Amino acid sequence: MSQASTEIIRISGHAGTVPGAGLNREFQVCKLVDTTTCIGCKACEVACLEWNGYTFSQTTFNNSYQTMPETAWNYWNLIKFNEHERDDGSMMLLMRKDQCMHCEEPGCLEACPADGAIVQYANGIVDFQEAHCIGCGYCVTGCPFNIPKFSPEAHKVFKCTLCNDRVSVGLEPACIKACPTGCLHFGTKSEMKDLAEFRAEQLRDVSGFADAGVYDPAGIGGTHVIYVLHDAKNPELYGGLPKDPHIPYSVWLWKKPLKWLGNLAMIGGIVGLALHYLRVGPKKEEPIPPEDRGPS
Amino acid sequence: MSTTDTVRRPRTTTDFDEELIPRYTFVERVNHWFGAVTYSYCLITGLAFWTPYLYWLAAIVGGGPTARFWHPWFGLFFTVSQFFMFMQWGGDMEVDNDDRVWADNIKAYIENEDDKLPPVGRFNWGQKIYFWAMVGSTILLLLSGFVLWYVEAVPWSFHILRYVAILIHASVALITIGLFLIHVYMSTLLEEGSFASMVHGNVTRAWAWTFHRKWYYQVTGKSRPNQ
Repeated sequence: MSQASTEIIRISGHAGTVPGAGLNREFQVCKLVDTTTCIGCKACEVACLEWNGYTFSQTTFNNSYQTMPETAWNYWNLIKFNEHERDDGSMMLLMRKDQCMHCEEPGCLEACPADGAIVQYANGIVDFQEAHCIGCGYCVTGCPFNIPKFSPEAHKVFKCTLCNDRVSVGLEPACIKACPTGCLHFGTKSEMKDLAEFRAEQLRDVSGFADAGVYDPAGIGGTHVIYVLHDAKNPELYGGLPKDPHIPYSVWLWKKPLKWLGNLAMIGGIVGLALHYLRVGPKKEEPIPPEDRGPS
Repeated sequence: MSTTDTVRRPRTTTDFDEELIPRYTFVERVNHWFGAVTYSYCLITGLAFWTPYLYWLAAIVGGGPTARFWHPWFGLFFTVSQFFMFMQWGGDMEVDNDDRVWADNIKAYIENEDDKLPPVGRFNWGQKIYFWAMVGSTILLLLSGFVLWYVEAVPWSFHILRYVAILIHASVALITIGLFLIHVYMSTLLEEGSFASMVHGNVTRAWAWTFHRKWYYQVTGKSRPNQ
């Protein structure tokens, strides 16, 4: 995004062509989470809190390493732990860093009624503008990943920004910077996709994970956070990652056919009533005939 | 347009015809207007949340966050008014056989040929249907509204509730808007004397005889002729 605005197209007093003119640069950003090299250290959780100015709050112990059951309005980055028993009886600790997926077709944005409360940047980041948020919670209904969280204190909804404030000045997101194993990567969408596919191939060919693959769900047009999974056929194992996420059908029904039917019916109703009045006019009271008068 | 004008009696009312008889008590009127104001608030704010083209409506009631905060509360207040309306008028709203005949001939009512219709009690079939549709809608709006109100109280494992609630809330609200438009049109423009009766509480004898004849016989102690 910021790179797009600083791309030079003309140079004063410069002999020759503009360096890089005609070059096709890609500005779509992407975060790659390689769950196969995550060690569950939670450095990303801490970095997220620190960069975004949230303080540590009480955690919820639920017989696992997981900090709390799901992300919170003031805890946008959470590693989900799952002790998975494989077919041969061996145990695998599956760890997936959960955060906003920054969908190409965001359900939250589709559902939001407030002008300017959710924006999607050209680089793919979906960002909440809390100044315009009215706290209705429709985004919570629209999201297939359970990401937007309502703050009862602020009466507004919060979620991961993909560190838009850092990315826009050429820095990588805080979680990426903190990761000690290199399981988190940040770059353009095509670079990250290539890297992810390369890693998945390595897992299939060398490490014996026949079902290894990349999670970049097509139902929402792809995401700007993608995963490498040992078992891409069962994403639910990774802390409930939906297999085929899409904008909920009820949100589609509500925002498309119902909205247009409703608008037509309301306008049609007002026009119809006006026409009725013009055609038949008011109902007026009539004089009471003598046989219906008195005695009272 | 109305061909029946030629067979009607000349429209001159006497002093007797213009005498006032009470139709709505003070408490009934207060409750009606309490319901009207609270419904209108929910209508204005609800339409703001419904479409971006009407989002400006939120500005006239204090902005989006304020509208979001008060919309559910005014919904509750409206429910209270509906409850008292049910207590006040529920008994008068039972649909009887005359109403069914009336409903079968509703075309005559729409075309202002009211003399072709069976006599009407305190409320006509249309008012009764409006009443019961509003009572039913209020219950559905209340239940679906609670799901939407406390966003953080519905856990993810129950998130299908949100999908159901949003569809019910929007669809039922649209139905009430249709009913509300008809109600406002009929009581302010179409049936002369109706609006004043909800303000002052009284109607003229002629009004009662014309539009609610069974009720006229009942309150004036006059027995119903020809039966």
